[in-house]
Amino acid sequence: MGLKTFIQGWPVYRQLTGTDPLGRGAAAQSARSAALTARTETADGMARSVCPYCAVGCGQRVFHSDGKVTQIEGDPDSPISRGRLCPKGSASKSLVTSPLRQTKVRYRRPYATEWEDLDLDVALDMIADRILAARAETWEDVDDEGRPLNRTLGISSLGGATLDNEENYLIKKLFTAMGALQIENQARI
Amino acid sequence: MAEAHPVGFQWVMEAKKRGAKVFHVDPRFTRTSALADTYLPIRAGTDIALLGGVVRYILDNELDFREYVLAYTNAANIVSERFADTEDLDGLFSGYNPDTGSYDHASWQYEGQEDNAKVRGTGKERDSASGLEHESHGEPVPAQAPRDETLQHPRCVYQILKRHFSRYTPEMVARVCGIPEEKFLELARAWTENSGRERTGALVYSVGWTQHSVGVQYIRTGSIIQTLLGNMGRPGGGILALRGHASIQGSTDIPTLFNLLPGYLPMPHHADHPTFDRWVDSIRHPGQKGFWGNSRAFAASLLKAYWGDAATPENDFCYGYMPRMTGDHGTYQQVLNMIDGKVKGYFLLGQNPAVGSAHGRAQRLGMANLDWLVVRDLFMIESATFWKNGPEVATGEIVPEECRTEVFFLPAASHVEKEGTFTQTQRLLQWREKAVDPPGDARSELWFFYHLGRVLREKLAGSTERRDRALLDLAWDYPTHGPHAEPSAEAVLKEINGYEVATGRPLNAFGEARDDGSTAIGCWIYSGVYADGVNQAARRRSRHEQDWVAAEWGWAWPANRRTLYNRASADPEGRPWSERKKYVWWDPDAGEWTGYDVPDFEKTKPPSYRPPEGASGPAALAGDDPFVMQGDGKAWLYAPSGVLDGPLPTHYEPAESPMRNPLYGQQANPTRKIYEHPINRMNPSPPEPHSQVFPYVFTVSRLTEHHTAGGMSRTVPRLAELQPEMFVEVSPELAGEVGLAHLGWAHLISGRAVIEARVLVTDRLTPLRVDGRIIHQVWLPYHFGTEGLVTGDSANDLFGITLDPNVLIQESKVGTCDIRPGRRPTGPPLLDLVGDYQRRAGMTPDRKIPLVTTDAAGGDDAAGSTDEQSPAAHQDGEPHA
Repeated sequence: MGLKTFIQGWPVYRQLTGTDPLGRGAAAQSARSAALTARTETADGMARSVCPYCAVGCGQRVFHSDGKVTQIEGDPDSPISRGRLCPKGSASKSLVTSPLRQTKVRYRRPYATEWEDLDLDVALDMIADRILAARAETWEDVDDEGRPLNRTLGISSLGGATLDNEENYLIKKLFTAMGALQIENQARI
Repeated sequence: MAEAHPVGFQWVMEAKKRGAKVFHVDPRFTRTSALADTYLPIRAGTDIALLGGVVRYILDNELDFREYVLAYTNAANIVSERFADTEDLDGLFSGYNPDTGSYDHASWQYEGQEDNAKVRGTGKERDSASGLEHESHGEPVPAQAPRDETLQHPRCVYQILKRHFSRYTPEMVARVCGIPEEKFLELARAWTENSGRERTGALVYSVGWTQHSVGVQYIRTGSIIQTLLGNMGRPGGGILALRGHASIQGSTDIPTLFNLLPGYLPMPHHADHPTFDRWVDSIRHPGQKGFWGNSRAFAASLLKAYWGDAATPENDFCYGYMPRMTGDHGTYQQVLNMIDGKVKGYFLLGQNPAVGSAHGRAQRLGMANLDWLVVRDLFMIESATFWKNGPEVATGEIVPEECRTEVFFLPAASHVEKEGTFTQTQRLLQWREKAVDPPGDARSELWFFYHLGRVLREKLAGSTERRDRALLDLAWDYPTHGPHAEPSAEAVLKEINGYEVATGRPLNAFGEARDDGSTAIGCWIYSGVYADGVNQAARRRSRHEQDWVAAEWGWAWPANRRTLYNRASADPEGRPWSERKKYVWWDPDAGEWTGYDVPDFEKTKPPSYRPPEGASGPAALAGDDPFVMQGDGKAWLYAPSGVLDGPLPTHYEPAESPMRNPLYGQQANPTRKIYEHPINRMNPSPPEPHSQVFPYVFTVSRLTEHHTAGGMSRTVPRLAELQPEMFVEVSPELAGEVGLAHLGWAHLISGRAVIEARVLVTDRLTPLRVDGRIIHQVWLPYHFGTEGLVTGDSANDLFGITLDPNVLIQESKVGTCDIRPGRRPTGPPLLDLVGDYQRRAGMTPDRKIPLVTTDAAGGDDAAGSTDEQSPAAHQDGEPHA
């Protein structure tokens, strides 16, 4: 390293001679920082998303590489949030990549003391059978005066309010067609 | 707001920077209080007394925006001489029927209309939470009501309001709420000075306001103030609900609620809606003014979206397939029915009632008495493990080897692993793009329900059972993609938007809806979200490239309108009330309404328009009737129908209170929904004896770092670390009185449960001097449970089940308890402790909760009620005549 390079590498020199007189940016940058690249720059892609916590609806930018989420940031374009996220929104990457996420179907037999594994297709089939049995057992065609009821009170549902509109739409449509009336949501709570 | 909606709070700070004064009312001093100009501590459950004080201040000093009030509200309407106020009847309105615990509305009507209005008892409306239907429209009222534009008639709404709130003086506010008079006056002065022609003030509430036995009336009181001050439909004004979940507004608009269908169409009731025509007429009210006149088209188009080719005008669009309500089928009724063994199977879809619903023990015991339970979630939540790790396992009430519930846990996809729309708190839909595939067996709800429907239909193929026709005829043909056959969310959004059946062309607005089967619309108020075949909710034009209304970011229902009733931002002649507050106005040259937002008015109807004699529907609304979804185009200071517990808000004590109501003999809301089930014992309140067994008031709310029942935060390492432990916050005075040590342990006891928590002693809570005595309040976060990285007892276990009569939401923001130093007992002695308190408080299983606590009940109007049964008698949701 020559003397000139040494002196020019000194932050104070860069601060006095460069475009950063306050020494808050380029002048203070070390060689190591200069060599770093933000993972947002190398991401395979970015999805425009929305924070899943409260109802403010802050914009999120979800960066991903190799099918994994690598970073979630506030969306500066959003007129609602102007790029900001709160502690929960900022932790969304930890939410979706949490090691506690369940990724396998779990099944608890009646009177069992532990979980066991179950294939997703089998679970779906078993649930369908139980719906049909509960309907058959508790179906009400008409009331005492012969007016239609078309329903079962043997099935209940309670949904969270992080469900998408499209999901709620299919849930209500299917349950209504199966005569399941007792469909509720966090919105009641 | 700074705690629970921090990013939204930046706008309050922006306003403050520009000179707005910020007032914060809360039982506990929070980060919001720290940034407000003035903080008002309040006794939990007394907001109507505070706001009623503001109403009186406005009226007594004639500070209302008179021109606005006269033109745009029902202040001048004259009310029936049969109406009697709470001032006359010691806390009851006329029409109360003590046998049913509900009101007949005949005497609340405008003069001369007692007999043509919906004059019947309202127990049925309460059971079906019919108040929720009014999210998008008002109750019907006859078009021609007698008025006195001088506001001098003793029975005009303005004078009734004045009398009703006459006792809500600053002294009374101090006596009821514990707010010092000078602080109250500072609030009232600032609010009124910042309202009128040149200025507007905003009222922001968090939806803890709805979690009271008088929750709807809290919001009504706010709306009376904002209407009197001319703050509705104008920029910088309004009543802004800060809802708590990413798409909770969407969950009401496209409801998964027992009593509603998409777009606030009512679920049919077996007695009231036996036919399609009767159902439709109950929504559109033939001859009625306003925009609901077209609801036959909305209803027919929904059924067409449900049943496709099978739905024809000849078969009333398969209306005969619809299930019918017979009473209360809400979530709390369901849980009691589970305990009683009436429910076979239960789906939990991203919801954790073991922690998040009131009376956690009832929730868990209900789930332990099912045939089967399906839990779909990101994490292993308490509602999936109650049979193994719940508090009742420790007390011996649930024994795994004896618990028959079969549990399916299905992992769910997260918000970045699927595409779709959330509707946030200002009715704005925002489309989310998918970033990555969900891991392992995790799937979206869209996938689960689409394929569940597919499998059910395959299993039923060839069935000749009548009950299976609705499933087999269902329009259930959605395109799928990818290795898991994920259904297309855009295809579902297009159906929600609506389309022309013959061509599949997406509709541009709900005005295109037809009642002849030529249009199908999944949710009519969302019509336009796919206008021009474009996903409008996916629009992301940067805020830097558009004006402050930001109309090209997402899409707001209805019709991408950002501020509802914005016709009221102009005067009756259509000119802005002031240059500062101009928003939407009439352009006489162009002959149309224009402005920054989409005008909430027929575009070319001039301010001078007057409806011809006998008009109905939208044509019956005059050019200066801005509240277009109301039956009369007016904002209602007084509600002759539609609010089941009174045409005006009244202060009642919470269902559990250590105090006698200082205002009336009537202690608590006489129409609140109660459940006299053995598991649901309510702590006694005056005038009942033994209320001193539970001498303290507790309230709960959120921590910034946690989310609701904790399933999305106690499982996230960074958040768990920031708030690692359940605690109870108490004042130094209470700590001294009870002997609680900072960072030590305490346990809290109600008539339902005992929970323990670490003690946080701060002066953020302060003892309140109310009605000559000191009331101590304690505060708890409600996020904790037995699963996740950080665990703790659940605050919601302390609550019993009492509901608001309009919407059937539980009172879970205020209750009474005792607090003791040290940890709680474990195992069976815990039950003994609760039992001991129940005995001391006289909470025997056969105790009747006194709904009426004044002798003033009754009157002529009660006798004619058509409600037959007492509220306790239709607990089980069985048909009643």
